[in-house]
Amino acid sequence: MNKKKTLINNLVTYGIVIIGYAVMMILQLTGSLSSSMKGFLVPICIYVIMAVSLNLVVGILGELSLGHAGFMCVGAYSSAVFSCAAQELITSAPLRFGIAILVGAAAAAVFGIIIGIPVLRLKGDYLAIVTLAFGEIIKNIVNIIYLGVDSNGLHISFDASAGTAGLGLLEDGRVIIKGAQGISGTPQDANFTIGIVLVLITLIIVLNLINSRDGRAIMSIRDNRIAAESIGINITKYKLMVFTISAALAGAAGALYSHNFATLTPAGDKFNYNASIMILVYVVLGGIGNIRGSIIAAVILYVLPEKLRFLRDYRMLVYAVVLILVMLFNWSPKMIEWRKSVAAKFKAKFGRKKTANEAEGGAQS
Amino acid sequence: MNMLEVSHLSISFGGLKAVNDLNITIKKGQLYGLIGPNGAGKTTAFNLLTGVYKADTGSILLDGKNIAGMNTISINKAGIARTFQNIRLFKELSVLDNVKVGLHNQMGYSTIEGILRLPRYFKIEKQMNEKALELLDVMGLKDCAGFTAANLPYGKQRKLEIARALATNPKLLLLDEPAAGMNPNETEELMETIRFVRDKFDMTILLIEHDMRLVGGICEEITVLNFGQVLAQGVTSEVLNDPRVITAYLGE
Repeated sequence: MNKKKTLINNLVTYGIVIIGYAVMMILQLTGSLSSSMKGFLVPICIYVIMAVSLNLVVGILGELSLGHAGFMCVGAYSSAVFSCAAQELITSAPLRFGIAILVGAAAAAVFGIIIGIPVLRLKGDYLAIVTLAFGEIIKNIVNIIYLGVDSNGLHISFDASAGTAGLGLLEDGRVIIKGAQGISGTPQDANFTIGIVLVLITLIIVLNLINSRDGRAIMSIRDNRIAAESIGINITKYKLMVFTISAALAGAAGALYSHNFATLTPAGDKFNYNASIMILVYVVLGGIGNIRGSIIAAVILYVLPEKLRFLRDYRMLVYAVVLILVMLFNWSPKMIEWRKSVAAKFKAKFGRKKTANEAEGGAQS
Repeated sequence: MNMLEVSHLSISFGGLKAVNDLNITIKKGQLYGLIGPNGAGKTTAFNLLTGVYKADTGSILLDGKNIAGMNTISINKAGIARTFQNIRLFKELSVLDNVKVGLHNQMGYSTIEGILRLPRYFKIEKQMNEKALELLDVMGLKDCAGFTAANLPYGKQRKLEIARALATNPKLLLLDEPAAGMNPNETEELMETIRFVRDKFDMTILLIEHDMRLVGGICEEITVLNFGQVLAQGVTSEVLNDPRVITAYLGE
């Protein structure tokens, strides 16, 4: 009975994504979607993937990671480099983008392992601080990388003062990464459909992982580390596994990001700790451990500040107030009570139809 | 045949000798008690047996194999499972899932098979469900299988911990104050359960307990610890009547 409930819950989650996709596609085809909304579609997919993958670490493993945007940065850069370098070699855009996503995910996964091995010995606040630092380190290294390709192969330089000259490229050489100027000319292969496919793949991986033997082991570590160890659960292995999978998914989101915009630079707040915190806000307000909540929160909270631009200077003020209201709505005991009573009324009115909703409310309380 | 042979086991924390030269021999299928006043080093002894602490000196033979110095995970795989004095369940998981986590190393499929939902996933999950329900049935928890563990009443939480420990298919089961916080009726029921588990699974059980009714009722042999040292050891009825034991518990 329990199993059936989770299955229905998961199907509802997939359903929400697919319906959202269908609605957006219809709006787009009928031309009733504003151009600014069109621009949001791919970023929404990116941040949904980010939120869901971070929820795997925060909600399911129970560790706080503040460097999630760093993995996105790794994925964005590595996939963009691949696409730029392979632009002539592989002419089929979907194939090239497919490989680029895999390259981005693999690169981020490797970083996840490299960072994870020393970091996962830490717990709680310490882990949060170190992941925050790693995220910043990644961003700052990317800021000074120069990478070029010529007939001799790849050239790499970390000498920001020498600039592109530091690469020592031959006549036929081509600069791919120009330090703080980043990468330009990445083929814009990303679109909403690919984004949604990636979101669905992310959901399949995350939800199936949670509802499996490994997922139970991971949640047992979250609930009681000592007891998990006493029944033979390999804590280091599972922590590293979650960290790596989460990093790989963030890397895939990064690939989507770099192939959505013509230029990719480390500047701004796309890859710094602000971005990591923003993704964490999606996870927390959507409900820690609640994957569907992460999706909904990511969509709403990404679109909201953009839609509030007409408020100009008061934009972030209003956004902050909205965040507080959402938090109160989700977590304050009075509101949970109220939601439950509303759910009960619904149930009384529409028979047994609303059981899934009620179950969700129960899980959040 | 001896299931557990502890010899000259010692550990000190700073200047405090928490366990000093502990020797215990438990035969296969025996119900063995470890008692002593608060702070005597009973739980420390459990932590030494399960690898939470590493002993300064001494050896621990489980079924003839030395397990001293191994970590908790390997010791569990070697065949020791335990429950905790302060209940440590996986609170947000269902009762069934708590037991299924215990089956983790008994039956399994790879991560890829789990994520891609390959046929082996469904096959093994079904077997795990059956096995877990069987264990819950033994402990009288089958009706609660779908509950969240945190919502179980206290007595049932203790039973669930035993079920979870049994799921790891141990040779030796360590119970740390299984009757703590239970009323006389629940204790009575627990005694039945412990005996039943021993008989059904042919299990060797070592338990820490303060409830003398339980100890006197089911333990065949006991060891009394006081200030980290063995005060008395032997057949339960004799040891419990030993004047030194009475003094240690009740004072002069």
